[in-house]
Amino acid sequence: MTQMTFARAINSGLRKSLENDPKVILMGEDIGTLGGVFRVTDGLQKDFGRHRVVDTPLAESGIVGTAVGLAYRGYRPVVEIQFDGFIYAAFDQIVCQVAKMHYRTQGAVKMPITIRVPFGGGIGSPEFHSESPEAYFTHTSGLRVVSVSNPQDAHTMIRQAIASDDPVLFFEPKRRYHDKGEVDESLDLSAALSLEKARVVTEGRDVTLVAYGPLVKTARDAATAAADEGVSVEVIDLRSLAPVDFATLEASVRKTGRLVITHEAGKSGGVGAELAASITERCFHHLEAAPVRVTGFDVPYPYSKLEMHHLPGLDRILDGVDRALGRPNSLSGLEG
Amino acid sequence: MSIVSRVTIIRGNGARAAGVHRDHESWQRRSDDVRRLRTTVITDETGRGGAAAGGPGNSAGSTSRTGGDLVQLITPAGERVSHPEFDPWVQDVSDEQLCSLYEDMVVIRRIDTEATALQRQGELALWPPLLGQEASQIGSARALREDDFVFPSYRDNGVAYCRGVDLTDIVRVWRGNAFAGWDPYTVNMATTQIVIGAQTLHATGYAMGIQNDGADSVAVAYFGDGATSEGDTNEAMVFAASFQAPVVFFCQNNHWAISEPVRLQSHVQLADRASGFGIPSMRVDGNDVLAVMAATRIALDRARRGSGPTFIEAVTYRMGPHTTADDPTRYRDANELEDWAAKDPIARLKSLLDRKGLFGTEFEAAVAAKADAVAKELRAGCINMPEPQPLDIFKHVYSTPNSWLDRQQDHYSRYLASFGDPAEAASEEGAR
Repeated sequence: MTQMTFARAINSGLRKSLENDPKVILMGEDIGTLGGVFRVTDGLQKDFGRHRVVDTPLAESGIVGTAVGLAYRGYRPVVEIQFDGFIYAAFDQIVCQVAKMHYRTQGAVKMPITIRVPFGGGIGSPEFHSESPEAYFTHTSGLRVVSVSNPQDAHTMIRQAIASDDPVLFFEPKRRYHDKGEVDESLDLSAALSLEKARVVTEGRDVTLVAYGPLVKTARDAATAAADEGVSVEVIDLRSLAPVDFATLEASVRKTGRLVITHEAGKSGGVGAELAASITERCFHHLEAAPVRVTGFDVPYPYSKLEMHHLPGLDRILDGVDRALGRPNSLSGLEG
Repeated sequence: MSIVSRVTIIRGNGARAAGVHRDHESWQRRSDDVRRLRTTVITDETGRGGAAAGGPGNSAGSTSRTGGDLVQLITPAGERVSHPEFDPWVQDVSDEQLCSLYEDMVVIRRIDTEATALQRQGELALWPPLLGQEASQIGSARALREDDFVFPSYRDNGVAYCRGVDLTDIVRVWRGNAFAGWDPYTVNMATTQIVIGAQTLHATGYAMGIQNDGADSVAVAYFGDGATSEGDTNEAMVFAASFQAPVVFFCQNNHWAISEPVRLQSHVQLADRASGFGIPSMRVDGNDVLAVMAATRIALDRARRGSGPTFIEAVTYRMGPHTTADDPTRYRDANELEDWAAKDPIARLKSLLDRKGLFGTEFEAAVAAKADAVAKELRAGCINMPEPQPLDIFKHVYSTPNSWLDRQQDHYSRYLASFGDPAEAASEEGAR
């Protein structure tokens, strides 16, 4: 075990993948000489060369589209989209090409492409640098969508994503890049929790709180705070947003009877909507209350002075927990 | 043995790939010629640790076009005209090969006619005719090596025929039985691309892979005039130039993108667009099979030698509709079609063969018989194609099991089973 930052843990995972498979190739803007704007790819071009860690022209569709061609040729490209808000320029290549090539060719052509996306807010950045576009991709069949919440998962799951024969959208919570944690780099991938599994990170009895990416830490803090008030919150790190590990969620909700979901992305049509609907379908008779969503608002990501109002924080999450439990809360007295 | 029968043997069923190989070999030796044609582009030295080259913009010289305004080796009247730069690239094309090129062009026109008929008869849902573009497709595809990799649009079915794609597989997509007719790796040709221009990036990425592998094969992107306006095509040229990737951008300017004329796409000749990216270009008569073949060979040779991408504009004409669902009389003048009929790619090669004394009744009959046989095989393959099964809808979305899909498939199969006869249930379902 080694103590390292979140960013370093991904770097180490990328390095392992580059070492283990000569077909792994990294592509993106500023990822080579600079080591990425967040330094996630720091030192990799120096060690693996310009042909394996490729600084590309500034063209997101071009990056993903050429990755498709490389995958056609048998490569395993790992693409970095510099910021969440820049991914839309590559939308067609991701949705129409990467996601559908395997289906289109009846399995003849695999697209083992990993698309790394630093996402989410909380860092005081300008427009288009704090977005949470994951629901566009969870709605796209053919893609796997994951988000990581801690250094160990970041290290393990980037390696699993790269090893996956299906394309993976890999959402990295950029405000957690500097968080530190213990990472076992010698971990056996086949023994690790598989990529599509959720994880119960805090066990509890009264309410199930589901989070992913940057908000898992906030959710755990909320659970600690709730415990002080005698409320036992079970926190689940969703990890895989598509497909969702409903078995783990169902087991928890059957136990607690209450569900709170939190994410930074806007509420309507978001990942939380899918979780609330599916859990209601699957365990309606175990629910003691309607599922509660604590999310960003349905607004464009706001300017940084106001972003803390948009982002669900510990108190808003606890308010949601209170709603799920029927305790006094900010909406007490309102219907729905 | 007559020319006809020899051609038939070489280009007969199941042996089409052999012809592809043979055409390629005899022109490898002309390396010096291509070096002469090669264009050096000096770009900014910033970041290379050297002195900056020049002032603002830092680019020196324009990327030249080879061959002038429009390269032609066969006139519309069928006269072979000489061209000092391009002649050497097709001087090995024998009479026999000329006849074989003619046969291929006639055959793909026959495929086109048959497929259009099949659509009219309700056997195909749609068909995108290639009528008029036979020389562009055959001239270029016959220049390729087996290990080159083609990324086509949806109209390049003549290229598919040339690569050895099974006739039934050519129409599989258009019958609505699949999204891809063939396994790309068996013929080194990707399946049809519907999103305009998207495949140019795939070709460029594939070429970057070739480069990394140290191979000397080439990726070839086929696209049309409309695609040159797409961001992807422009980004593909940026990447191809930056990495000097071994890719050929083969643009069939057929003058129409459904109802939009090429003048709406571009204020300059399409070949001139490439120079802005530092990519050398050629503009050839796309209805002249020899000019197309020569240009493609030059571009392939340049790519194989590590000299990067080339853009070819093959000037041709879409004589039919965009697809069988289109009605070109709503947007184009009948006179225009007449003008282009006079430049017909097959008629002009026929005239050339005639002038050379190669076009006898025996040859004509043999080619017609071949075309008819192909059409018959195509029709039989089309109408006898097995129907896809309802649960095929869930296949190959992922290469690994997926809990969401497994559940949906399970539920839908239970639903179908509740009718007793799943096939009947599915057809009722679709009819609603």
